[in-house]
Amino acid sequence: MNDSKIPAWVSIIVLPLVNILFAFAFSAIIFLAVDVNPIEAAQTMINGAFGYQEGIGYTFYYATNFIFTGLAVAVAFSAGLFNIGGEGQAYIGGLGVGLVCLGLDHTLPFWALLPISMFASMAFGALWALIPAYLQAYRGSHIVITTIMFNFIASSLMVYLMVNVLNQKGQMAPVSRVFEASAGLPGFHTIAGWFGYGFAESPMNLSFLIALLCCVLVWLLLWRTRWGYAIRAMGSSPSAAEYGGINRKRLIIIVMLISGALSGLLSLNEVQGYSQQLKLGFVAGYGFTGIAVCLIGRNHPFGIVLASILFGILYQGGAELSFDFPNIDREMIQVVQALVVLFSGALSLMLVKPTERLFVYLDEKKKSNNTNAAEA
Amino acid sequence: MYENIILVLDATLRVSAPLILAALAGLFSERSGIVNIALEGKILSSAFAAAATTSVTGSIMLGLLAAMMTSTLLSLLHGFACITHRGDQIVSGVAINMLAAGLTVTLGRYWFGLGGQTPPLSNDERFTSITLPGADAVADVPVIGLLYSELISGHNILVYLALALVPVCWWIIFKTRFGLRLRAAGENPHAVDTAGISVAWLRYRALICAGILTGIAGAYLSTAHSAGFVPNMSAGKGYIALAALIFGKWKPVPVLFGCLLFGFLDAMAIRLQGAELPFIGEVPVQAIEILPYVLTVLLLAGFIGRAVGPKSIGVPYVKSR
Repeated sequence: MNDSKIPAWVSIIVLPLVNILFAFAFSAIIFLAVDVNPIEAAQTMINGAFGYQEGIGYTFYYATNFIFTGLAVAVAFSAGLFNIGGEGQAYIGGLGVGLVCLGLDHTLPFWALLPISMFASMAFGALWALIPAYLQAYRGSHIVITTIMFNFIASSLMVYLMVNVLNQKGQMAPVSRVFEASAGLPGFHTIAGWFGYGFAESPMNLSFLIALLCCVLVWLLLWRTRWGYAIRAMGSSPSAAEYGGINRKRLIIIVMLISGALSGLLSLNEVQGYSQQLKLGFVAGYGFTGIAVCLIGRNHPFGIVLASILFGILYQGGAELSFDFPNIDREMIQVVQALVVLFSGALSLMLVKPTERLFVYLDEKKKSNNTNAAEA
Repeated sequence: MYENIILVLDATLRVSAPLILAALAGLFSERSGIVNIALEGKILSSAFAAAATTSVTGSIMLGLLAAMMTSTLLSLLHGFACITHRGDQIVSGVAINMLAAGLTVTLGRYWFGLGGQTPPLSNDERFTSITLPGADAVADVPVIGLLYSELISGHNILVYLALALVPVCWWIIFKTRFGLRLRAAGENPHAVDTAGISVAWLRYRALICAGILTGIAGAYLSTAHSAGFVPNMSAGKGYIALAALIFGKWKPVPVLFGCLLFGFLDAMAIRLQGAELPFIGEVPVQAIEILPYVLTVLLLAGFIGRAVGPKSIGVPYVKSR
């Protein structure tokens, strides 16, 4: 990649922002197409996301999910692996959390339960990533395809378990019993209360802080450890990394285990935090959104937090939007999300060439001005 | 027993048809070197286009045309991102799938106000089943009668089209100059370029073929298999087709059998719901549902045969100077 002609601040900050603006511009066209004023819509969304405390809580509750799945995609991406299976890994992670909470919520106090459920979410998520990882590393099957297949297998497995095993006796609904109140993660309003602050009740909970902690840990892992160095080396040039003595196969397994574990943590927010029971379909596309989050966040934990909040605004604001505008429902947000993935991801190189030409042109103009000035 | 077998095979053909069309679409694009996980989104959006156009104009042919145009446009978008701008083919595919899932419901709600569905189509706005000549006459003949009247006759035109397209695609990809070049673009694009042939234009043409085929698959879902569009009606068929494509090792005839196998499993899953099997007991439907995915994973892993894709698949081609 020859970025040298473009200053760093342009390629790191300006170009990604312009790509997002493109996505928003096209979204605005679609809003217009369904008779919704895009400026009014944007105002409604921002008000819904930040205008009142409950809305803020919801925004950060959604952001929590996106941080986990965004980090999961980013860790794998750093190693040049595309983990498209966050959806299934988070789903199975939820199974882990659910089993722990259902089994131990009567016997263990919260402080003892949390480490176990956390470990379970990570272990189950990692396990679901382990098989595709093994197949990629040792059998050469493409990880994108296997993780897609594993999403479907996870979903069928969960349907089977929820319908036949984990539902309440004598009831048809595929949901488990609600956990003991003591097992649930404390909401942000409760945590704020401990410090003497009041905050409206919302689904935002302790897992947001865990998500932030994960960001720091991922940053440390990728940029401050030998493993991180090996991961990034493999991402930028697998053959060079292998020549440099890095065990590629082992690293693929390690990276995917970490990635799966991060996806699995999503279920902490959804299962132990929000619904406090196991039910079907709680991952609801958050795993795929993680891809968008990772692309906008440019693979960096700090960027991922910002991108997650952006998507939190889109989700919460989008819910608000569907109350106010009869022409719109939540699917509209998926369109915006798709355009973001398209412009920030698939078309991210579109603007590089023209920008390069622009800077070359400016450069030459400056030079010729200088020579003109010197001659005069 | 015999009648049951015929009925299951009959259902197999009906559920396999869109898989065959979509898998052939995947065959064109992947053979030319473009990963196509966007099949799902293209099927979904063309299903919507077909049902919406048909219910507005009343013409099923216009519906089919709209379906093919819609998915070709999405194909071109895919090409614009990953051929012209060398974007990541998987990211682009994910974007198209999301776009299709979101836009179909948004536009459907706005146009028809039915929560994302299109108005139900009447029978003359659909591809209905065709009774082949003599089907009624031989229906009472033992063995052959049932075979002909139930299994071979009585499908809609798109089922026959899907089956007929398998040898056609085989011929195009393996027997024509275009096909040879297309396969070369997927294996060794440099060689194609050296011969003075544009890799980009070849890949674009492959994507257009894929667009037309997925368009038919989508139209099949909403105007032949059912009577109208419902949100997310493709329900993973694009991914199953992708699995069948891998299962058939990127070759038309094995791909056909992959699709028929997965269609058969689907038909069995519906029939076996709640049924007790001898020795095994009740088989959970989900266990049959996941078989296509499990089989594909096993095949990819080389535990049952080996599936090796085109060499340059997924790699954007950079013209050397």
